[in-house]
Amino acid sequence: MAETALAIESLSFAIRGHTILRNVSASIAAGETWSVIGPNGAGKSTLLKCLMRIHTGWTGRVRLDGCDMSRYSQRQLARRVAYVPQPGENQRFPYTVGEFVRMGRYAYSGPFGTAHSGDRAAIAAAMKQADVERFADRTLHTLSGGERQKVFIAAALAQGADVLLLDEPTAFLDYRHQAEVAEILHSINRIAGATVLSVTHDVNAAMLTGGQVLALRDGAVAWTGPADALACEETLERVFGASFRFLDDPVTGLRLVAPQGVAP
Amino acid sequence: MKRYAWLPIFLLGSCAVVLCAPFIGDRPISWDALFRIRSNDPDAQIFWDIRLPRACLAWVAGAGLAAAGMAFQAMFRNALATPFTLGVASGASFGAAIGVRLGIGAAFLGLSGVSVAAMAGALLAISIVYGLTRLKRDCSAGTMLLAGVAVNFFFSSLILLIQYTGDVYDTFRILRWIMGGLHMIGFEAPLRALPFVAAGTVLLAAFVGELNLLTVGEELAASRGVAVGRTKTLVFLVVSAMVGVIVSICGPIGFVGLMCPHICRLLVGPDHRRLLPATLLFGGAFLVVCDTIARTAFAPTELPVGIFTSLLGGPFFLWLLLKPRRDAALSAG
Repeated sequence: MAETALAIESLSFAIRGHTILRNVSASIAAGETWSVIGPNGAGKSTLLKCLMRIHTGWTGRVRLDGCDMSRYSQRQLARRVAYVPQPGENQRFPYTVGEFVRMGRYAYSGPFGTAHSGDRAAIAAAMKQADVERFADRTLHTLSGGERQKVFIAAALAQGADVLLLDEPTAFLDYRHQAEVAEILHSINRIAGATVLSVTHDVNAAMLTGGQVLALRDGAVAWTGPADALACEETLERVFGASFRFLDDPVTGLRLVAPQGVAP
Repeated sequence: MKRYAWLPIFLLGSCAVVLCAPFIGDRPISWDALFRIRSNDPDAQIFWDIRLPRACLAWVAGAGLAAAGMAFQAMFRNALATPFTLGVASGASFGAAIGVRLGIGAAFLGLSGVSVAAMAGALLAISIVYGLTRLKRDCSAGTMLLAGVAVNFFFSSLILLIQYTGDVYDTFRILRWIMGGLHMIGFEAPLRALPFVAAGTVLLAAFVGELNLLTVGEELAASRGVAVGRTKTLVFLVVSAMVGVIVSICGPIGFVGLMCPHICRLLVGPDHRRLLPATLLFGGAFLVVCDTIARTAFAPTELPVGIFTSLLGGPFFLWLLLKPRRDAALSAG
C-alpha cells in the first residue's frame, strides 16, 4: 500500500449559507488515479477548488503527505498540487503558449519575477509531455479548444506538482482530442507517478480510466470504490437518479453503461 | 535581447520629450538657455524655473497615472478600468475639496493636509467600487463601470455641496483644481509626487508575476500559487495612495491611465515585465506632450491639461467599448 498523498477528512463547504459539500472524506494514495463522478451540482468542481484552495473558508481537514494543508502557503501548495480548470471560451488569453506555460512556474520565481534555474528544463519537459511544443509561439486565442486544453495541462505540469487536479478535462473536446488528453494523463500517472484526480460526469470515461472512483451526490460522498466495481445498477441509480443498461464490449471485454432514462 | 529592443527607444524618446517640451511655448527659448542655469537671463529662468519643472511634474504624474491604470486593468481584468472610470480620481477630488474647504494646513509625514485628504478619498472610492463588485461576485465591465459611475456621481455631488457652502475664493480654487493643471513653479511639486510614484513603481515591479496571472483569472492565479486576496489588497492600497497624491497636486487628469497602457499593450504585448516599463515611459511622455499642446494651442491662453486629455480620452473610451473582442483577457466586454 502506497502512502497517502491526500487525506480528506470531513470537508464541508458552504457559500452564503448554501451547503455545497458536506463531510466529504477520502484517502487518496500516492500514484493513484481517481475519477470524481456525480450529477450536475453534486459539488465535484467545488471539491477540486477547495483542495486547490481557490475556495477558502471550508471546514474539515486535508492532509498533504501527512502534513496539514493549512501549514502550506499558497505558493508552497502550488509546488505540490496543480489544477486544470474546465475548458471554456473564457480562456482565450492574449499570451503565447510559451509565455503561458512559463507562468506555470510562478511558484518558483524569485523577487521581481526573476526566473528559477530549473525553469527552462521544467517548461521544455512539460511542453513535450503534453505535446504542445509545435504551438510554442502561437497565441492562446488562435488555438482550437482541444489544443488549448493540452496547453493548460502543459502549464499545470510545469508547476512540477505531484498531485494533479483536473476539472472535466475532456469536456467539449472532439474524439481525437479526448483520446489525446486521456493518453497524456495516463502517461503522467504511469511514467511520472503523479496522483491524478479528475472530475467527470461520464461514467464510461471513469470506467475506462480505471483506478478509484469517488461518487458525489448533493455534496456528500454517495459511493467510493474501484472503477471496475462501478458497473452496478443499484450504485449508479443511487448516484445519478437515472436508470442504466449495461453493454459488454465484445472487443475489449469492458462493461459499458448506456443511460436509460429517469429512475422510477 | 530582442524582446527588449523597444526599451532604449522608449527611454530615449521619453527623455527627449521632457527635454524638448520646455523649448516650445508662447515665448520660444533658444537652446543655449540650457547652459545658463543660474543667470538672470529671462530665457534661462523660464526654462529652469517654470517649464522644465512643469515638464517633470507632467512626466511623473503621467507615468504614475498610466501605471495605476495598468494595475487596475490587470486586477479587474478589464481594459476600461482606470483611476478615472473607477471613481478613484473623484474620490481623491472629494478628499482634496474637503481639505481646501476646511483649510487643513497641517502637514502630516511631510505631506500637506490636502494630499492626505485626497489619498483617503481615493482609498474610500476604490474600496466602495471593489466592495460592490465583490458583493455581486461580478467583475464584468457593466458592474464595474456602473459602480464607478455611481461613485463618481456621489462624490461629484458632495463636491458641489462643499462648493455651495464655501465662499467664492474656496469655490474657485476647487473648481480650477478639478479641471486638472500642471502650472507649478519650481521643482517642489514634482519632488513631492516622485517618492509616491517611485514607491508604487517598485511595488508593481515586485508584483509583475502576480499581475500577469491575475489577468488570466483569479482562480487560475490562485492555482499557480498567488495569494490573491493579499496581493490585490496591497496593490489597491499602494496604487490608490499614488493616485491620491498625484490628484492632490495636479487635479484629476483623466484618461491617461486608459490610453497609455492600452497603446503599450499593442506595442510590447501583455507581459507585465515589459508592459510596466513601457507604460511608465510612454505615460510620462504622453502627459508632457498633452500639456505642451494644452499650453500652446490657444496661446497666450492656457488650456487646463485635464480638459485636453478628456477630449482625447472620450472617443478612445468609446472605441475600446465598441471594438469587437478578440480575446478574453483585458477586453472591454
